Amino acid sequence: MDRTEVDSRTRSIIEPFNKKGVAITDATTFAGDLEFDSLTVMDFVAAIEDEFDIIISMNQQAEIETYGNLVDAVTAMAADK
Amino acid sequence: MQPDQPDGAVGGDRDLFSKFDDIIAMREGLLASGVEDPFSLVMEKVLSPTRAICNGRDTILLGTYNYMGMTFDPDVVAAGQKALADYGAGTTGSRVLNGTYQGHKEVEEALREFYDMDHAMVFSTGYQANLGIISTIAGKGDYIVLDIDSHASIWDGCALGNAEVVPFKHNDIEAMEKRLKRIPEGAGKLVVLEGVYSMLGDVAPLAEMVKVAKDNGAMVLVDEAHSMGFIGEHGRGVCEAAGIIDQCDFIIGTFSKSVGTVGGFCVSNHPKFEIMRLVCRPYVFTASLPPSVVATAATSIRKLMHGGDKRAHLWENSKRLHLGLTDLGFKLGTDAPQSAIVAVIMPDLERGAAMWEALLKEGLYVNLARPPATPANMTLLRCSLCAEHSAEQVETILGMFERAGKAVGIIES
Repeated sequence: MDRTEVDSRTRSIIEPFNKKGVAITDATTFAGDLEFDSLTVMDFVAAIEDEFDIIISMNQQAEIETYGNLVDAVTAMAADK
Repeated sequence: MQPDQPDGAVGGDRDLFSKFDDIIAMREGLLASGVEDPFSLVMEKVLSPTRAICNGRDTILLGTYNYMGMTFDPDVVAAGQKALADYGAGTTGSRVLNGTYQGHKEVEEALREFYDMDHAMVFSTGYQANLGIISTIAGKGDYIVLDIDSHASIWDGCALGNAEVVPFKHNDIEAMEKRLKRIPEGAGKLVVLEGVYSMLGDVAPLAEMVKVAKDNGAMVLVDEAHSMGFIGEHGRGVCEAAGIIDQCDFIIGTFSKSVGTVGGFCVSNHPKFEIMRLVCRPYVFTASLPPSVVATAATSIRKLMHGGDKRAHLWENSKRLHLGLTDLGFKLGTDAPQSAIVAVIMPDLERGAAMWEALLKEGLYVNLARPPATPANMTLLRCSLCAEHSAEQVETILGMFERAGKAVGIIES
């Protein structure tokens, strides 16, 4: 799966979590721009994990600050499968 | 000349305490509304497991973890006094050096009998038991799969170790299974569950969850802190009641709830378990429990083995309080009573604190629990019952809840 496909599938998953309709770029941050609290993070991560059949451990989540970080990480993980 | 005080106020980016500004503001806002500080209550006298003088008032205690009322048991107190006189006030040493006395061996023997397991290891607190066992057994490259509502000591055990940490939605068997199945082939797996989750007082579906964990090749650790002494035929916890205690690799527990003193432990049938005593840092690098504490714990644990009547009465208390509060119109954390904890859901922190204070003025102490300790950012008044609460006391408690709830506007008057 290439980055473009991961990006487009991630965008559709993020939509219901993006309550304020923030315009999403690779630089968009989850905590700052999207104002995700810990509960939202859990539900969102679970949705991404189910979509791509991967695990994003808390250790890995700590490294993911922006939307671009997430798409990169998921692309790498999906390639390893 | 060097000033003897900093120029201007301490603060700004360089003050390491600025990260606490939000919580300082929240606390000041709460106290500015005039309520008694819910987090600075002092018990000037403790009259029994269920009564104390709190902030000057004679108060019924409904917010302790003294589930089985062992704190004033005459045999327990006598055992502590004797050990204090015979062995002194403290050990001044680690369990692996000069800190293992006869009493430490005896309390571990009592735990092995209580749980009918091969090994028992006593820590200085329950927090350290989780911290030590979890961080030590799950290492780099291993995976810990745990419930998102796990206790802080479990999370801190994960943070102290080097394993990959994978949480799942509270009590969601399918979510747990999916994550287990995605773990790379060959990696070690530890599933961490609790018998009773202390915020809402709900139990885990352990029969199903432990089976799924085992089917997927994981070791299972169950924290039974809030169920020991009460749930299960012998008081061994939810894993006993669910019939899967023999499938649990590690059970973590505490002496600071039903046992009535302080300390923590892990019991296990793992053949190599004893090596933990040498490799588990929160066990090695701290002083062992005082002789009086282990003596009270051992006596209490042995009495809890035969506590069937007390367990039955505690269930009656829990059911009556749950039904009574439901009938009064309070919103509770569980639809049915599942443990000795009945959590009353408050609309927000302000009204929760007002209700907490109104109850205190009625002469009732409950626990005020607030985010981030609570699930879904709820404010809770947590009631924890004791086997020594009389049926009349429970009726008195319901009357206090009715008056306070109407005065504060939590229920309709």
